[in-house]
Amino acid sequence: MSQEVRKIAAGVDPAAAPSALAGSLDPAEVDLSVRMAGIELPNPITSASGCFASGAEIERFHDVADLGAVVVKSITPEPRHGLPTPRMAETPSGMLNAIGLQNPGVEAWIAKDLPWLQERGARVIASIAGKTAEEFRDVARELTRAGGDTIVALEVNLSCPNVEDRGMVFACSAPDSAEGIRGVAQEAEAPVLAKLTSDVTDIVSVARAVVSAGADGLTLINTLLGMAIDPDTGHPELANTYGGLSGPAIRPVAVRNVHQVHRALPDIPILGCGGARTVTDVVQFLRAGASAVAIGTATFVDPFVAPRVVDGLTRWCADRGIARVSDLIGATTPR
Amino acid sequence: MSRRRGGTTAGRDEGPVQATCEVIARRREGAYWLLSMAAREIAERAQPGQFVQVAVDAPHTLLRRPFSIAHVSRQGASAGTVDVVFDAHGPGTEWMTTVEVHDVLDLIGPLGTPFPLPQRKVNCLLVGGGYGVAPLYYLAESLLRRQLRVDVINGAATAERILGAIEAKRLSASVTFTTEDGSYGTKGRVTDVLEQVASASRSGLVYACGPNPMLRAVSELCDELGLPVQVAVEERMACGIGVCFTCVVPIVGRDGFVRNKRACLDGPVFNGRRIAWDQWGVPGGGVRPGAEAEVVGSGSARGAAAAGSTSGAAAAAEAPPADAVPDAVQAPPPARPARGASAPIDAEADADADAETDAEAGGPPAAEEQRRGRP
Repeated sequence: MSQEVRKIAAGVDPAAAPSALAGSLDPAEVDLSVRMAGIELPNPITSASGCFASGAEIERFHDVADLGAVVVKSITPEPRHGLPTPRMAETPSGMLNAIGLQNPGVEAWIAKDLPWLQERGARVIASIAGKTAEEFRDVARELTRAGGDTIVALEVNLSCPNVEDRGMVFACSAPDSAEGIRGVAQEAEAPVLAKLTSDVTDIVSVARAVVSAGADGLTLINTLLGMAIDPDTGHPELANTYGGLSGPAIRPVAVRNVHQVHRALPDIPILGCGGARTVTDVVQFLRAGASAVAIGTATFVDPFVAPRVVDGLTRWCADRGIARVSDLIGATTPR
Repeated sequence: MSRRRGGTTAGRDEGPVQATCEVIARRREGAYWLLSMAAREIAERAQPGQFVQVAVDAPHTLLRRPFSIAHVSRQGASAGTVDVVFDAHGPGTEWMTTVEVHDVLDLIGPLGTPFPLPQRKVNCLLVGGGYGVAPLYYLAESLLRRQLRVDVINGAATAERILGAIEAKRLSASVTFTTEDGSYGTKGRVTDVLEQVASASRSGLVYACGPNPMLRAVSELCDELGLPVQVAVEERMACGIGVCFTCVVPIVGRDGFVRNKRACLDGPVFNGRRIAWDQWGVPGGGVRPGAEAEVVGSGSARGAAAAGSTSGAAAAAEAPPADAVPDAVQAPPPARPARGASAPIDAEADADADAETDAEAGGPPAAEEQRRGRP
């Protein structure tokens, strides 16, 4: 009996175990709802773009409407094949991926995926990707036309690391990021979130630029650019050579970015993203200043992670007498 | 967490479940390992060709490990068990060799597509490489229940890497062993004996599982011989449930277009003659026939080197030069025998897969996509 079952689920997060803390509440009294960029979410847990497809695959396990919002895989103007395999390499407490934005294109997405999400009552944050500011704008226009009440926000993926030309990662440059956001903000009726990368010298200046250009909020952060090499053959592990690092390995970097940007721009809502897996991970992001938290790579390991974290968060708050999860947002106590 | 026996947490009546499963047995099987787990709901839902994702607790690992289901039992004293066979070649599988009886593992399954079963009377030839024969024995039981003749070709690098020689003899009308070093059976590869065995057994349908180079060689030979072939492929997989898009395989649709399909959701079983083998792992959606040389090491090279040669160079040489295929999304569809009465596999199963292909990819991939090489 040497081996315990691996505790991958947030529901068994040791820190979230029931405790005898003073002032505990009935879990039914805990209000999990949050407001982010003017949108009401029933709970602060969302999927992360590229880790949930468009939801149908996860619906085999649980209702996608269990999530505060579904952030879908990035949508481009045209269908994309993506990159060749191998597209993935596991690294310590994380993984590298280079998918290359494989997706059916905006037209097919609107025809097939959107109605499906609509039927399930999901709140959708539609992620947009493109090679030029015009492409971002075009996709935003199509989605705004089709979205109705289902698309509650647009997330602009300015920071996908797996594109042909690193110089084309918008989020590496403040002026390019602003340009990418400007067109989208003009087309969009729903709030616009700019998804940024930590692979810059000063993320706060990029954040300021996109907010000036019309972003209503920020998603922080995308994957970090990384590389792994097969020591025997000398081949890069990924066909694309470089890929995006995700998973628990990057969580401290993500929490730091959220905190740093929240301190500089306290009125700008943030969707925290990067390595969150457990209730206490989520609490860290909220305390750092995130209004909601996207769970990405953890879904690969545990398709039930979102509802488990939602349940666990309720208990965590109840045990501590926290009546509103929104009270945790930005609640960092200085040392 | 309590040690539940086969406890599940999925809320659906069909499809995959997540289950905590007690280990019933762990033993060596020749050069490989076998784990048997009590996983009642997975056993009840599983079909040959499908796989399970196992959570491992090796230091600093993150992802589950996918294993083809080698066997399930639904009746008798061991009812509700799921077996997997694996080779220890990384931290996750090394950890799996340390698991003990009564330990509890976390599984998700059954996942992926099963081997489609023949809709009419046909002799079936099962071709396995290394421990890839394991799911084929599971399939053989289904075929035998349908009163179909089953013949087996079991190939590996060496005698030690031949899995389940006795089981193969028990399940099949004939079994032919091949080893690359000649230490057991015929010296050579499975493709060296395939034509002769298929002809002697009057096989009308081939199922194959093993390393991808073997699957390619088997598929290309079956294409030449006009034999339908279903293969269970390997590609590096993060989630196994269809959300990460890492495990894609280029598949030729009925319209002749090549699309990247997920091995975990649309596979792992594919029509071997629909796989664009020379485009797997090649940049730009795989429509640059001359680009073979750019392929970097694929995870599929792992595992038992069994049979069949990679005829990549030959394929590349025969393909027209890239500039002769303007914006070529159109790959030549593989030749196939006339459909209808002669097709042993339900044509509908294939057609469904195609319908899905088209809807999902939203029509032909953008021409722009095709021109781009890897940066």
